[in-house]
Amino acid sequence: MSTEVEIATTEEVRRPKARKRFSLLTRRDVGMLVLLLGLPAFIHIVFVWVPAILSVILSFARWDGIGGIETINWIGTQNYVDIATIYPPFWPAVTHNLIWLGVFILIATPFGMFLAVQLDKELKGSRFYQNALYVPVVLSLALVGFIWQLIYAPEQGLINNILGRTDPDNLIDWLGNPSINLWMVLIAASWRHVGYIMILYLAGLKSVDPALKEAAAIDGATSRQTFFHVVFPVLKPINIVILVITIIESLRAFDIVYVINKGRNGLELLSVAVTNNIIGEASRIGFGSALAVVLLVISLGVIIPYLYRTFRAEEKPA
Amino acid sequence: MTAVGETRDVAANKAGTGQVRSKWRTRGLQLFLLVTALVWLTPLIWAFYTSLRPYASTAVEGYVSIGGEYNFDNYLSAWEDGEMWKFFVNTLIITVPAVILTLWLASMAAFALSRFSFRFNLILLMLFTAGNLLPQQVIITPLYRMFLSIPLPDWLAGSGVMFDSAFGIVTIHVAFQMGFCTFVLSNYMKALPPDLNEAAFVDGASVWRQYWSVILPLSRPPLAALATLQFTWIYNDFFWALVLMTTGAKRPITSALQNLSGTFFTDNNLIAAGSLLAAVPTLIVFIILQRQFVAGLTLGSTKG
Repeated sequence: MSTEVEIATTEEVRRPKARKRFSLLTRRDVGMLVLLLGLPAFIHIVFVWVPAILSVILSFARWDGIGGIETINWIGTQNYVDIATIYPPFWPAVTHNLIWLGVFILIATPFGMFLAVQLDKELKGSRFYQNALYVPVVLSLALVGFIWQLIYAPEQGLINNILGRTDPDNLIDWLGNPSINLWMVLIAASWRHVGYIMILYLAGLKSVDPALKEAAAIDGATSRQTFFHVVFPVLKPINIVILVITIIESLRAFDIVYVINKGRNGLELLSVAVTNNIIGEASRIGFGSALAVVLLVISLGVIIPYLYRTFRAEEKPA
Repeated sequence: MTAVGETRDVAANKAGTGQVRSKWRTRGLQLFLLVTALVWLTPLIWAFYTSLRPYASTAVEGYVSIGGEYNFDNYLSAWEDGEMWKFFVNTLIITVPAVILTLWLASMAAFALSRFSFRFNLILLMLFTAGNLLPQQVIITPLYRMFLSIPLPDWLAGSGVMFDSAFGIVTIHVAFQMGFCTFVLSNYMKALPPDLNEAAFVDGASVWRQYWSVILPLSRPPLAALATLQFTWIYNDFFWALVLMTTGAKRPITSALQNLSGTFFTDNNLIAAGSLLAAVPTLIVFIILQRQFVAGLTLGSTKG
């Protein structure tokens, strides 16, 4: 208790001093500061936020992107109407993104957290288990796609060879059959995601004060009770980061399905739909932008609450 | 460490019957973890095993079999026929400048945002943080048009524009990754004692000196962790180079694999060898820089 109070007071004392006012700076220093902050901010805003805003503006246009800006045809919300009514990949893409999110949130992420809790017990061999789970995290999702094709391939793949179903009349086309391929891809994507979550959560668990767990054990709490009533609530900030990462990763999913079949035939995703309107089919800037805006709105639904939570504490001047 | 030991002692001191039960529980858990770990390793072990066998062997013996020849011929043909070394050079040209520039610019922004108070401090920090969380596809359509219309001198890009140039790919990596790095570094710099600035001011050090000689050297730990993480992420990028680079021969390895499989990599044995070769740099990170990598990943989440 006493240490907590101490830290709080020193912080309170330090806060007001932590940030310099401009009055202390020479004009050259101010110029330097503007440059230090201005250059990175300029690059970030020009190449990330300007395109994001242009996506919103262009989503109300029809433009093949070949002619100059004067050839842009403003058509109001027609692109959005078309997306929802006559663009065949849209609803499958939305469904698949939702399934992706569902599998990640309900299975892959909790499993990664569960493994982290078990590994935190530091049983014999923990190091090995941890490493095994963590290898896929350094691989790109594109590479994960390639490696899992070696397992799913109809004639040369591991599963069909074990099952003895490599003949053309009885083979199972794990990645070609649209009723199962999304699930197979999700297994491969989870292979990486579980390890990612495990690492993040394990780091969080290590930061929990052991005294808390001890106190719970002395009070007679089982390890399950200790986790759900003591550890989990303490780790709220990390739980939120994990939730945000899980959702954003599900929206970003692209590489693995593109590597497998360019995101068709059961593997349609919103990210692929956007990309196909620039490369691939015809260049339809307005239409592609409207699809991107759908993705943007969903992402901001996650990002804004996260920002609000993260920076709320700093808004109040000390 | 001692604290963990204490917890164990407390648990060990519990009643004897519980001890027997918990012993079996521990064994069960260990078995479960062992099986999980082996399942997790299977895809990589399988890829490695396949890559060691010539196609002729697997054609005769079948893929799930033992026997026939084992050698590194597949790696050799992936390296030579697929000219993988060229793509590694492309990757190097993009990844190294991108990592350095990202960290440099992010550390400048983080320094200004964390050590001084501006009117737009918070808004800028939020923009940086949010920008990094956007899915890449949200910005790709206008970005593609911008890249086509921003001219570059010939010595910088053979294509004459940002599009289809290593410079363009480096730029978008820097712009995109900067958000995360700024967020992490500003959190770290905020925690450095404020007296540092004061002492430097008393000595008459300029803002640049404070950044370059005081704060930056102190930020070495997060910079090392972020460098490892950013190297891995930028190396692993598939999307930017796929869309913003049309010349296949210029693409970095992760994006180039797409073309290689099918044209040069005709059988699974070759695909396995090519994939594992492409994974080598990140596996080196996994083996040698594991602590830095994990530190980088968790830096962003410990303060939230």
